[in-house]
Amino acid sequence: MSKEYTSVSKISGPLVLVENIENVKYGEVVEVKLSNGEIRQGQVLEAQEGAALVQMFASTQDLSLKGMRIKFLGHVLEINLSPSILGRTFDGLGRPRDGGPEIIPQKRMDINGSPINPYSRAYPSEFIQTGISAIDGMNTIVRGQKIPIFSGAGLPHATLAAQIERQARLLNEEEKFAVVFGAMGLTFEEANFFIENFRSTGALERTVLFINLANDPVIERIATPRFALTAAEYLAFDLDMHVLVILSDMTNYAEALREVSAARKEVPGRRGYPGYLYTDLATLYERAGRIKGKKGSITLIPILTMPEDDRTHPIPDLTGYITEGQIFLSRELYRRGIYPPIDVLQSLSRLMRGGIGEGRTRKDHGDLSNQLYAAYSRGLEAKELAVVLGEAALTEEDVLFLEFSEEFEDKFIRQGEYENRSIFETLDLGWKLLKKLPRASLKRIRPEYLDEFWGKEDAS
Amino acid sequence: MEGKIVRVAGPLVVAKGLPNVKMFEMVRVGKLQLFGEVIGLDNDLVYIQVYEETQGIGPGEPVYALGEPLSVELGPGLIGQIYDGIQRPLNKLAEVGGDFLSRGLAFPALDRGKKWDFESRVKVGEYVEGGDILGVVQETSALEHRILVPPNLRGKILEIKSGTYTVEDVIGILEDEYGNSHELKLMHKWPVRYQRPVKEKLPPQIPLITGQRVLDTFFPLVKGGTACVPGPFGSGKTIIQHQLAKWADAEVVVYIGCGERGNEMTEVLIEFPELKDPRTGKPLMERTILIANTSNMPVAAREASVFTGITIGEYFRDMGYHVALMADSTSRWAEAMREISGRLGEMPGEEGYPAYLASRVAGFYERAGLVKCLGKEEKIGSVSIIGAVSPPGGDLSDPVVQATLRVTKVFWGLDARLAFSRHFPAVDWLVSYSLYLEPVSNYWKERVAEDYYSLRQEAMSILQREAELQDIVRLVGMEALSPQDRLVLETARSIREDFLHQNALHEVDTYTSPYKQYLMLKNIMNFYKVALTLIEEGYPLDEILKMPEREKIARMKFVPEDRIKELEDLLEEVRKRLEGIKEGLREYV
Ligand SMILES: Nc1ncnc2c1ncn2[C@@H]1O[C@H](COP(=O)(O)OP(=O)(O)OP(=O)(O)O)[C@@H](O)[C@H]1O
Ligand SMILES: [Mg+2]
Repeated sequence: MSKEYTSVSKISGPLVLVENIENVKYGEVVEVKLSNGEIRQGQVLEAQEGAALVQMFASTQDLSLKGMRIKFLGHVLEINLSPSILGRTFDGLGRPRDGGPEIIPQKRMDINGSPINPYSRAYPSEFIQTGISAIDGMNTIVRGQKIPIFSGAGLPHATLAAQIERQARLLNEEEKFAVVFGAMGLTFEEANFFIENFRSTGALERTVLFINLANDPVIERIATPRFALTAAEYLAFDLDMHVLVILSDMTNYAEALREVSAARKEVPGRRGYPGYLYTDLATLYERAGRIKGKKGSITLIPILTMPEDDRTHPIPDLTGYITEGQIFLSRELYRRGIYPPIDVLQSLSRLMRGGIGEGRTRKDHGDLSNQLYAAYSRGLEAKELAVVLGEAALTEEDVLFLEFSEEFEDKFIRQGEYENRSIFETLDLGWKLLKKLPRASLKRIRPEYLDEFWGKEDAS
Repeated sequence: MEGKIVRVAGPLVVAKGLPNVKMFEMVRVGKLQLFGEVIGLDNDLVYIQVYEETQGIGPGEPVYALGEPLSVELGPGLIGQIYDGIQRPLNKLAEVGGDFLSRGLAFPALDRGKKWDFESRVKVGEYVEGGDILGVVQETSALEHRILVPPNLRGKILEIKSGTYTVEDVIGILEDEYGNSHELKLMHKWPVRYQRPVKEKLPPQIPLITGQRVLDTFFPLVKGGTACVPGPFGSGKTIIQHQLAKWADAEVVVYIGCGERGNEMTEVLIEFPELKDPRTGKPLMERTILIANTSNMPVAAREASVFTGITIGEYFRDMGYHVALMADSTSRWAEAMREISGRLGEMPGEEGYPAYLASRVAGFYERAGLVKCLGKEEKIGSVSIIGAVSPPGGDLSDPVVQATLRVTKVFWGLDARLAFSRHFPAVDWLVSYSLYLEPVSNYWKERVAEDYYSLRQEAMSILQREAELQDIVRLVGMEALSPQDRLVLETARSIREDFLHQNALHEVDTYTSPYKQYLMLKNIMNFYKVALTLIEEGYPLDEILKMPEREKIARMKFVPEDRIKELEDLLEEVRKRLEGIKEGLREYV
């Protein structure tokens, strides 16, 4: 039996120092019982002989040095799992939030998980059609990928994530799928938007929600994505499901981490975030993927808002260094009324090449998207120049590229919130736009494909 | 020796009761027997960095000192393996521990059961010294594993026998100068934090050919050289590292995935066995060793991974091989140092990195080099190091970048803007450099073509001129430029798009031989010179740009190596076209 202690010697921020104790383990769960009977959870951040530094998952308000009873549970933070988690809503610490019963566990798992052995991974390569041209055509995503949405305050990342969730499917397969949604510090309205969307598509009974709202304890957010990802691992690798995990908003998560670090008086890294933010985020994001010999998969779409739209801010920066690309939302496109406002140049899918081409999408896909990138970026350069000097300052060819880039934004990137384009429609659209450019300037495409998809040299 | 844990804070464990333990000695920690290394001693307190997750470990649990420093096993069986940062074979860990890494598992790095055919090359009674070749094992079809006398041994061979052995079998006996006998085996151990000795370091001279045009032609690396590849996320560091691991003309490749993505290692594991070395025709995996300590694996083992990798590299160098070592990313290695240092409460230096950051970085790159190997027989070997650096926000003032630039001789600076427009490799030609240009240019002159180097210089100055002209265009527009200047811009575009840009994913474009690189550049510059004479004679630029040969120039990269003659012919075609036009001009005039 675990003993109870009362010897708290220090409380500072979310940290509590407990002394005169025995046998404490690093990472073990702690229950703090207040004098009014309320119980709050924490975990051991540092285990010493006779003492433990405990990080609370709830606020330390009303905690006092005297009169509290502290219990060390002898195990790390765990989640109860069974197939009946599907359709349920939990709070940020994995407790039922929907008034339903506790989960009777078929399995209990440590929420921190263990790293997937790199040798055991299977390389993700199954194309997911989202029906969105800027993604499918230019930044194709595959099952088992981790790819965040880099957004900014007020940009329609939730709408986009909802559209992806609604439309995402494999080209020719129906399989067991599930959605896990982890909300960190979202407003009720934001969280509800997602939930309503899951309801409208009928996905709600295949969804597990972990909800920490803006007015819920901040430090709890450190545990929330871990609960979500552990549930996802169970669904994917124990129950063979294809799981889409959406985590929003990672910026709130990182801020909670910063709060703990500051309370520990650790040497801060950039902008006050702890030096281990990279490693910490990696232990979350790297839980996505596929495993050899297992049917299921975890596809992870974290959402983060870039403070001041700055992609070099530590949160997007370190995320980009870990994830397999990013979908980048542009305030400029948004202002011009283009939905989805995806900046394709700043976006990237690193797993694209494995998911496209002959037998997956179409053989011309790779060359075509390379060419669209090159042409669009040349068009934008021309546009910059034209803004300063007028179109007259451009060469004939540059004018064509400029026109191309405008049409590309207007026809290719822009599409409706409920418009679901097949990959073939997307690719054909791309070819149609390229038709306006001189063939000799299309250097990224193999001549055979030009002959086949673009046409032989123009008669003119 | 058994001690006791007094504190656990993440990867740092403090213990007591180990009075004789030494710095950098290996220990096993707690009931789970996690692997760790002593990194600090303070009176009776022993500071240990633990290579595995410490969750669930607590004060009072035992700590055992192992009596030896962190070492790697060196011998047949290394090739084709994937190890974690402390050389545990990940395939074995998966077999026994499952798909997720479990803790406290110990496996020998080299397979103990596997038998190798050893062919002895020395005779009984012969005097040998460290580095001499005792015999060979054909480890893979691509690599002859030379079994060396360990660096610190010398003496007379009392016994030696060819035959079939495991790495632990005794293959011979050596008697040293004091009359002590030593058993010789196919394997030996070496502590990772100690550089393996060499006879002499030599100035690196021979290019390390990578098949990447922007690297080989513009910013070449040499065998035994060092290169720094910094860039923001998504700028192409890993692809460059993978391209080098695939195509560099090294005999052995050590690839260290240090704190990066799991799937990038999987990719190598899947792809390399399928790919063939363009020179030997052998599967690339047969010369490759992977060290994978991904971002989500314990940070202390990440710190060690770089040393594990370089020690293995040095071992193959000592056999007289050229080794290429990639470390992706050294920033994650530095961050591991920072994290441990922070937990130790050391005085932080710049950006929280420990004050010894620069000396550790320098110490690592110092282990590269072209060398005369130990041993009586003359053997030349090398280790080249290519280190990726991942600075916050791509900012080159980052301490890790700066520390690396001070000790490396080649700088391949990757640029975010180039990456956004999908100009890959996104090597910024205006800021990158190679301090090996001179020795390499001599090599080119002898082996490739007399005018290779001068072509490179001309092309470089066109690119520099382009940057100046673009500034002018931005101010006053295109019209202000003379036809000559506009031709410079068009030529620069051609250099960028038809030469520098190289698609790693295209089956032909992924690798270009030095001679083809030369021909491609020659064609581009030839067109420029031809066009220039035409302009000078008054022929309009727009007409010149319509010459059909331009499209052929744009397609040169897709011409396979066995049809390289087409590029030689293209030079002639362009010259003929010139003659034709000049004829026409004369008639016209
Ligand atoms: N030579 C190339 N040819 C084609 N595509 C390339 C090339 N280099 C880079 N890319 C593209 O750029 C993407 C990012 O490259 P890479 O993964 O090497 O970046 P990185 O600098 O290692 O990023 P990080 O620091 O986040 O690891 C690749 O997935 C690929 O799509
Ligand atoms: Mg990389």
